[in-house]
Amino acid sequence: MLSMISGNGWALLGAALAVILAGCGSAYGVGVAGQAASGVVTEDPSKFAKVLIMQLLPGTQGIYGLLVAFITLSKVGLLGGGAAEIDVTTGLMILAACLPIGIVGLVSAIHQGKTSVAAIGIVAKKPDQFGKAMLFPAMVETYAILALLISILAITSI
Amino acid sequence: MAVLQMQRISICALKKNRKAILERLQELGAMEIDIQLEDDSGYVKMDVSNSKAKFEKQAQTADRALEILQQYVPEKTSMLASLAGKPLIDKGLFEKAARSQDNYIETARRIVALDKQIAEQKANILKIQNQMEALTPWMGLSVPVNYKGTRKTSVLIGTIAGAAGLEDIYSLIAKSAPEVDAVDVQVLSTDKDYTYLAAVCLTKDVHLVEEALRAGGFAKPAQAVNKVPAEYRKELQAEMDASIQKVEALEKEIADNAGSRQDIRLVSDYYRIRAEKYEVLGRVPQTVNTFALSGYVPAYRAEKVIREFSDRFDAVVELEKIKEEEEPPILLKNNRFSESVEGVLASFGLPGKGEMDPTFFTSIFYVFLFGLMLSDAAYGLIVALACGWALLKFPRMDKNLRKSVQLFFWCGLSTLVWGILFGGYFGDVIDVVSETFFGHKVSIPALWFVPLNEPMRMLLYSMLFGVIHLFTGLALKGYICLRDKKYVDFVCDCVLWFLLLLGLIGMLLPTDLFAGIAGTKIVFPAAVSAGAKWFAIIGALGILLMSGRDNKNFGVRIALGAYDLYNITGWLSDVLSYSRLLALGLATGVIASVVNQMASMGGRNIFGVIIFILVFLVGHTFNIGINLLGAYVHTCRLQYVEFFGKFYDGGGRAFNPFNLKTKYVDIKEEN
Repeated sequence: MLSMISGNGWALLGAALAVILAGCGSAYGVGVAGQAASGVVTEDPSKFAKVLIMQLLPGTQGIYGLLVAFITLSKVGLLGGGAAEIDVTTGLMILAACLPIGIVGLVSAIHQGKTSVAAIGIVAKKPDQFGKAMLFPAMVETYAILALLISILAITSI
Repeated sequence: MAVLQMQRISICALKKNRKAILERLQELGAMEIDIQLEDDSGYVKMDVSNSKAKFEKQAQTADRALEILQQYVPEKTSMLASLAGKPLIDKGLFEKAARSQDNYIETARRIVALDKQIAEQKANILKIQNQMEALTPWMGLSVPVNYKGTRKTSVLIGTIAGAAGLEDIYSLIAKSAPEVDAVDVQVLSTDKDYTYLAAVCLTKDVHLVEEALRAGGFAKPAQAVNKVPAEYRKELQAEMDASIQKVEALEKEIADNAGSRQDIRLVSDYYRIRAEKYEVLGRVPQTVNTFALSGYVPAYRAEKVIREFSDRFDAVVELEKIKEEEEPPILLKNNRFSESVEGVLASFGLPGKGEMDPTFFTSIFYVFLFGLMLSDAAYGLIVALACGWALLKFPRMDKNLRKSVQLFFWCGLSTLVWGILFGGYFGDVIDVVSETFFGHKVSIPALWFVPLNEPMRMLLYSMLFGVIHLFTGLALKGYICLRDKKYVDFVCDCVLWFLLLLGLIGMLLPTDLFAGIAGTKIVFPAAVSAGAKWFAIIGALGILLMSGRDNKNFGVRIALGAYDLYNITGWLSDVLSYSRLLALGLATGVIASVVNQMASMGGRNIFGVIIFILVFLVGHTFNIGINLLGAYVHTCRLQYVEFFGKFYDGGGRAFNPFNLKTKYVDIKEEN
């Protein structure tokens, strides 16, 4: 039944999921952090640069998703024309390889966004503790990086 | 690479020299005042809170005046002005400001007062505008709004709810008061809520008419003025014009003061310095003829301070070593390269008591890892050039900012080197441009290898760099133990872990698992393999037995040891954490390729070239920004969590000397 869709179709689905899921997560994370950051800037515009950095931290998952999707597309040959037809098994393997960054990206970006909100709270009250505040959202990102790693390694070795 | 040694300095001198000594101390900025009296009987402390508050208030007034000037006569500043730092001025100029402080602060006060008057006038204008608006519906009236009528007739002026026509009102009167026949109603204006009207009738009928109108919701105006609306409006207009003129005149007067901006800045800093001095003065214990001071001074400046005060002011100056229980403030001293990372260190925490200054090692790894994460030669060159230009262009940049810019300069150079090693120049722009616009592909080969083509190799190198970083941390911990002569700790917490970890790595390398990852099989001689096994066993047993050595109970001791042995998973996750070097490096390269690919979609024609340039500029600006941020955050993380986690806690207090804390200018020191 799986062979109703071609191998390229499955691979494309994988690339799409990587971008969609990770992108949605980052959009949410950057969104909530941006709301908190706006609140801080209304009180004290001089903290703009610091809270902007905090806001951008959950944005990386979306980039990781893009990265995996791009590697997938160039692997299948969809970029630059001349797409090679790949078999269904390979297509499904590529789909599976895209899932780690998609799913982990989604969940980790949401949580990183919430952690960024809390970290923006630290910057609002104690701007000199910026270094420590930045660390909490960065801890969450570790898991997105691990997922990215597995996705990249899997795709390049298929 | 060191925490500067501090010494406690105590100064005792005659009261007549008090002012001169405090001022000189403030100028030197070499001493942090820290007065701790065991028993304060017999001393008097001056109550300076009033003077201090007065100076602080005057400094604030001056700041406020500067803000107002900026609002009305904006000073043109470039976007990079914040990099420029405070201008250096001659001491003479500052002393002149101190002499004419009364004039200068008077100017500042005057500006603040003018601003207040402007605010009042503006409020007045707003009030008049409201009044005029309220008057608009009555404009058709040729008598005052509160006009009652003549001897025989009465006038009812007011509103009824809703938009009613003339006929509605007549029928309202006819229905409720049919006996009244002489009534004349004039509708002045209508809006969606009210109808404004004037009704004239005989005085004897006025109650009946009013009753009738009330049934339709008639109400007299809340604020009736005894002036004809049209005339009243003219008066209001005149009043408003006068206010507007006044505001203009006041604004001009403020603008005329723009020239005294510099004076106000000087006087603001002057009061700020005096407030600081009085703050210290309030803490100084005094007797009838003498006073005393105590605090911390960096050892290398102590000599000069002693000589200066004992020679010039006949003061008794004593130096002491810092006592065991004291926690002296921290001042770092590093070479010109390493000091750039001091800001990164400070945002984690300065070295606590008994800790070493890790700045030197941190700086090397910071620059190394940052370059590895950004790893694009062109980006590195741009960052290095921009920072280098800023450093040359603004020699008076704020000290902390300067260190950060310096750090990014070095990181830019490191990025350049890594970019050349990995063959990244704006990603793959050379390949794309040559293929799209010139027809044949040219590429600069990587000096080492291309991570995107060999991610496993890059991953292994990332982890190798990680192991080196972590082992450096562990070695520093060992060094601290040796320095403090804690030999048992050195063996148990450092050597045993090295044995275990090196042993485990030695056992892992020849396995098939590793061969599968690396692609090549490593074969050790039998002696090395056996050695690795014994290293690991000795290390593990040692940790099991020795980690809980503070605990007398043998069972608990073993349990603690086993728990500490579990930390091996911590080491594993620490090493894995360095895989971010690969991930972030790839992210830069891949996004750059995406940008180049999008840019080249226009094809090989003029239109295509224009699209290429636009997409190239926007895309790569975005990519530099997002990846600089990523590299900064994750390099900090690797230092703070993985590296510092092995040996460094932080928690020190920064040295905060009694000095000239100015906001606008720096005063040139006299030699």
